[in-house]
Amino acid sequence: MSDHKLPLFEVFIRSRRGLDHKHVGSLHAQDHEAALGYARDVYTRRNEGVSIWVVKSEDIVASQEHEAESFYDPMDDKVYRHASFYEVPDEVKHM
Amino acid sequence: MKTHNSSIEHLQAEFDARIAEDAKIEPKDWMPAAYRKTLIRQISQHAHSEVIGMQPEGNWITRAPSLRRKAVLMAKVQDEAGHGLYLYSAAETLGMSRDQMIADLQSGKAKYSSIFNYPTLSWADIGAIGWLVDGAAIMNQVMLCRCSYGPYSRGMVRICKEESFHQRQGFEIMLTLAQGSEEQKAMAQDALNRWWWPSLMMFGPPDSESANTEQSMAWRIKRQTNDELRQRFVDQTTPQADYLGLTIPDPDLKWDAEAGHYQFGEVDWDEFWQVVKGNGICNRDRIRQHVKAHEDGTWVREAAQAHAERKAAAAEAA
Ligand SMILES: [Fe+2]
Ligand SMILES: [Fe+2]
Repeated sequence: MSDHKLPLFEVFIRSRRGLDHKHVGSLHAQDHEAALGYARDVYTRRNEGVSIWVVKSEDIVASQEHEAESFYDPMDDKVYRHASFYEVPDEVKHM
Repeated sequence: MKTHNSSIEHLQAEFDARIAEDAKIEPKDWMPAAYRKTLIRQISQHAHSEVIGMQPEGNWITRAPSLRRKAVLMAKVQDEAGHGLYLYSAAETLGMSRDQMIADLQSGKAKYSSIFNYPTLSWADIGAIGWLVDGAAIMNQVMLCRCSYGPYSRGMVRICKEESFHQRQGFEIMLTLAQGSEEQKAMAQDALNRWWWPSLMMFGPPDSESANTEQSMAWRIKRQTNDELRQRFVDQTTPQADYLGLTIPDPDLKWDAEAGHYQFGEVDWDEFWQVVKGNGICNRDRIRQHVKAHEDGTWVREAAQAHAERKAAAAEAA
């Protein structure tokens, strides 16, 4: 039996309660349940997490970095989305 | 092997312990039904406020006095749409469906912040909203960054980051008008006159009449009471109004050196409850507009669905 037949899963770990799940890597597994168990064995041997998500890699749709220029282009010239764009007089506090 | 005790008492104790140690509650955790219900009500109400809040400001996009002001206002209104989305998603983690939330908003079952039932009569209102309404919202949202429910608190962190320019752009508009011609200054003063008291109402009824505050504080959904936040808002905003050379429409407003706070007059809570009950100036308009926008968008949702189906069929055939 070849490992390559097993689907690939992406693994996300919440390192501490209150934080977002963060991508840590991937692994092959026969199903979601097994993927969770393997992820525990592979990615949390030192108590790195309090919660694990596994998602089939094929279910992830990603934007491409080489297309980044045109993809994010509309945001480039909108400096006014940042607070630093506005001048607040020194005398004015709490803003 | 550890035996797992899943009796309600045990789950409740575990939940209480988490709250006590200031840990977050996450979507898959057990939580008391009343905690879930309170959060669904509060988060969906918050989401509705972001979405309905686009209307009074959107009203001025086509009439903004310069291209710069127009671009800024569009960026702000876009942000509010995004905030609505983050919040609806947070509410959905509690098992509430988006469709149900929209239906509850449109039927009037769910509320949104009563401030958005006041009309935006002049360009200065856009300045007053950014300065006062976003200012009050930020004060509330900074507190909610520490809310005990994880998805809500994380959403608030993101929203607060984005909000940082909203208040500043409003203050900039007010400052420009306040330093302008006599007419412009009068416009700014008029906007402050109309938006001041409704802004104080944004923090909700006084603590003595707020049924939910005590429980929400115990659950660490809220960290400060309505009156505490309102006082802080007055303390921070009054010197800003002084700097603008504008007068806050409250004859009882005065600095109390001993307390280290401003004293201020009584909010007209009858007006507040009238607006909450649906009798504000714009309540009907706001909902009518929301229903219309939703219905006008039907063809977009249908087209997207048809496109997805056609693509799936083509993929199957290939
Ligand atoms: Fe917002
Ligand atoms: Fe805002």
